[in-house]
Amino acid sequence: MRIALFITCFNDMMFPSTGRAVTELLERLGHTVEFPQGQTCCGQMHFNTGYRPETLPMVRRFAEVFAGYDAVVTPSGSCAGMVRDQHRVVAAQLGDAALVEAVERVVPTVYELSELLVDVLGVTDVGAHFPHRVTYHPTCHSLRMLRVGDRPLRLLRAVKGIDLVELPAAESCCGFGGTFALKNADVSNAMLADKMRHVLDTGAEFLCAGDNSCLTHIGGGLSRLRTGVGTMHLAEILASTEGNVR
Amino acid sequence: MSGRDTVLGAIRSALADVPDAETPDDHSPVPYDPRSPHSGPDVVELFVERAADYRATVVRVPPSEAVAAVGRALARTGAKSLVVPPGFPEDLVPEGPWSRLADTPPLTVRQLDAADAVLTTVAAAIALTGTVVLDSGPGQGRRVLTLLPDQHVCVVRADQITADVPEALSLLHPRRPLTLVSGPSATSDIELDRVEGVHGPRTLDIVVIAHE
Amino acid sequence: MSGADNVVWLGTPPFPEAARTALADTRLRANLRRATGTIRDRRLAVTAELDDWEELREKAAALKRRTLRHLDQHLLQLEESVTAAGGTVHWAADAAEANAVVTRLVRATGESEVVKVKSMATQEIGLNEALAEAGIRAYETDLAELIVQLGGDRPSHILVPAIHRGRSEIREIFRREMGKWGRPAPEGLSDDPRDLAEAARLHLREKFLRAKVAVSGANFAAADTGTVVVVESEGNGRMCLTLPQTLITVMGIEKVLPSFADLDVFLQLLPRSSTGERMNPYTSLWTGVTEGDGPQDFHLVLLDNGRTATLADEVGRQALACIRCSACLNVCPVYERTGGHAYGSVYPGPIGAVLTPQLVGIENAASLPFASTLCGACYDACPVKIDIPEVLVHLRAKAVEAKRRDRLLPTPEALVMKAAGAVLSSPRRLAALQRLAALGARLVARDGRIGVLPGPFARWSGTRDTPAPARESLRAWWRRTREEGRTTRKGKGR
Repeated sequence: MRIALFITCFNDMMFPSTGRAVTELLERLGHTVEFPQGQTCCGQMHFNTGYRPETLPMVRRFAEVFAGYDAVVTPSGSCAGMVRDQHRVVAAQLGDAALVEAVERVVPTVYELSELLVDVLGVTDVGAHFPHRVTYHPTCHSLRMLRVGDRPLRLLRAVKGIDLVELPAAESCCGFGGTFALKNADVSNAMLADKMRHVLDTGAEFLCAGDNSCLTHIGGGLSRLRTGVGTMHLAEILASTEGNVR
Repeated sequence: MSGRDTVLGAIRSALADVPDAETPDDHSPVPYDPRSPHSGPDVVELFVERAADYRATVVRVPPSEAVAAVGRALARTGAKSLVVPPGFPEDLVPEGPWSRLADTPPLTVRQLDAADAVLTTVAAAIALTGTVVLDSGPGQGRRVLTLLPDQHVCVVRADQITADVPEALSLLHPRRPLTLVSGPSATSDIELDRVEGVHGPRTLDIVVIAHE
Repeated sequence: MSGADNVVWLGTPPFPEAARTALADTRLRANLRRATGTIRDRRLAVTAELDDWEELREKAAALKRRTLRHLDQHLLQLEESVTAAGGTVHWAADAAEANAVVTRLVRATGESEVVKVKSMATQEIGLNEALAEAGIRAYETDLAELIVQLGGDRPSHILVPAIHRGRSEIREIFRREMGKWGRPAPEGLSDDPRDLAEAARLHLREKFLRAKVAVSGANFAAADTGTVVVVESEGNGRMCLTLPQTLITVMGIEKVLPSFADLDVFLQLLPRSSTGERMNPYTSLWTGVTEGDGPQDFHLVLLDNGRTATLADEVGRQALACIRCSACLNVCPVYERTGGHAYGSVYPGPIGAVLTPQLVGIENAASLPFASTLCGACYDACPVKIDIPEVLVHLRAKAVEAKRRDRLLPTPEALVMKAAGAVLSSPRRLAALQRLAALGARLVARDGRIGVLPGPFARWSGTRDTPAPARESLRAWWRRTREEGRTTRKGKGR
């Protein structure tokens, strides 16, 4: 299968290791991964903050750059949700008929990583090995926008050596919310405090999620308080193997 | 321009996107069948369970024991005065140490406030939610009769128990004043915790008359 | 502007500022945590009992959607039905008109006090204050409204306006204030909710028994029969709806349903979503006037007050489907921490964040659509499937547009967004920024972590470390290892 990787602007700059993990994982499973160099950003920050006209060029670029692949995978529930639910909104409101059509063509090929693995590639055991205590936070957009359900957990349960522990109040938002964390910094902090408390209660070494943005927020708090709990994207756990624990 | 014209005019201009030819019945057909029953076959048992769940005192008795069950409910609270609305079946009014008040001529609110208990029939009952429905029909009387006395004893015939809210509503007449009662008066206003007993009757007794 | 009377409270700071104060209130936080936690579990338990819950939500959403599309016709039919049943219908374009109608109706009875059933519509129009100006005393009879009224307070929740108060505070308010309004609190009142409820029973009983006029809201009204519905728990609603001679019901125009039969869906959805009960203790349905039973003079006041402005927005109009259950408040992680007062509106929480700015105009409540992480919990809980996140981002765009329109110079945020937009729509510029960031990070980062960030990002970095941007972006790595130097590819490259 010819799969394009949409790394997302945030991961590209901050977490290239996640992109490399997705690539290694999919290649290990026998697929060809391509990285279209023309890719930039899904436009979520602009869209969700109210800057719709500024989103339009990004929507247009996405539809052009990712046209024609069997599948487009992204290691971000949030960005996948933006493309799937909101690109049509932007195209319909501000674009032209050609853009609407291009968006409609590309949207059904876009998958968040766990969706691609479970639904398209039909695997839950990806042959990973990760001998650590891990707890999983289902990010809001994976959970309630994409409805990935227990796919990430099914993938994690199949990882050899993992000690997967349940996160209390897992479905509560961590308080990131993109520009919310800046505009409503105090509320964001209050939510972060509770999320961190729940993470610490599990005794996990690593907090795992399908979105590095939420992990940056929670992990940033865990780091500031020197809790010693690390964060790791789902892709990086799944890419780890016996000879190559990340 | 009157408020009426202003409001209607504003609504119409707000709905400029709705095509002129569209009628209220055209748009987005409603997909759900409201008559799919929610409860199992034994609605009587479910009703008893659910009404008790909301702190009503419920007994299930054969017809021959109904009047005694009513008597026991009133004796339990030590009621001294009992309102019996017009049309209530005489054979279900127990003998007892209470004075009986009829609502003919209508009782004043002060008289009703001083009464200890009221005894009524019901228009219908709903198993799934443990609800009794009053429609001010014979044996139930005016709405206020079941409001001011602190104990409400009602008798429910098994054949009056419907499965769920849609079934009950389909039997009721909208022109009558209707009251759906699910357990005694309650509030969740303090820390969202449920406490029984505020303004309405604090004791609700339900006598279900059913053959074994 | 008209309609802003009590929908937004003048003098309340923007949400982030008001939230900061609320977050520091230890007692408030504890009260909210306990109350929202309790109600969430109860709601989940009773909604899980109905295997067709999702279908019910679908049906309710569809019913509301199509009702709103022909709202004028349904209201005219309602007017006809209510009139035929012996009631009188009044129309009010805004709060001032509605208050004037109610004041006139009360005056006509010669009475100087009214008892009130809890009603969001009358809160919204500031009816109690308007009546007070006319020398008419309005007694709130719902327990939570009573707590708010006695405390000289504002409501902070749609269903439980006194949710911000714990039992000991309520006891203090009762002991201090009840005597000023009527029967004082019993001697030695404890803070047991049972005793507090009993104190309210005794305090209000006298008012009920002598009341000649009542004012209520309405949860629903059926156009085909003229039947009006009030859903409640305590029995104060029944008292107000049956004891007085005159009943005045103030109802938002969006509450109308086409038919009596439509009630079946909503009477299943509302109690389970609001108090987490299969059915609330008392639901009263009445049609006009019934001889010899209840009020003999019935008035229905149909209120616009910004609703038609909301209706005109094809995305935003779904907010008018709201049945005021407050499930969205109870599941909202923001509301749970700030409570309702921070929203500065009679409609707080997620539904308030989409309804208030539409009722009063976005420029009068511009911070509210941003008071959400867009986590979507509200949408999942909403019994009529209002896509609150969708409306929130829609209103954010309107708020930004309004600022663009009203200002000569762009806001700093707009400048940043414009610059970011330019970078993020060009791979070349993005790659250049990434190289620059990697370079900059090496100067400020320690062990790959950045402690303090400048400008608006200081609010972020005050509580969180930030990882340094990678030395090599994925884009650069790919180009280096896969497109230029395939032979130097490494097995792993952390």
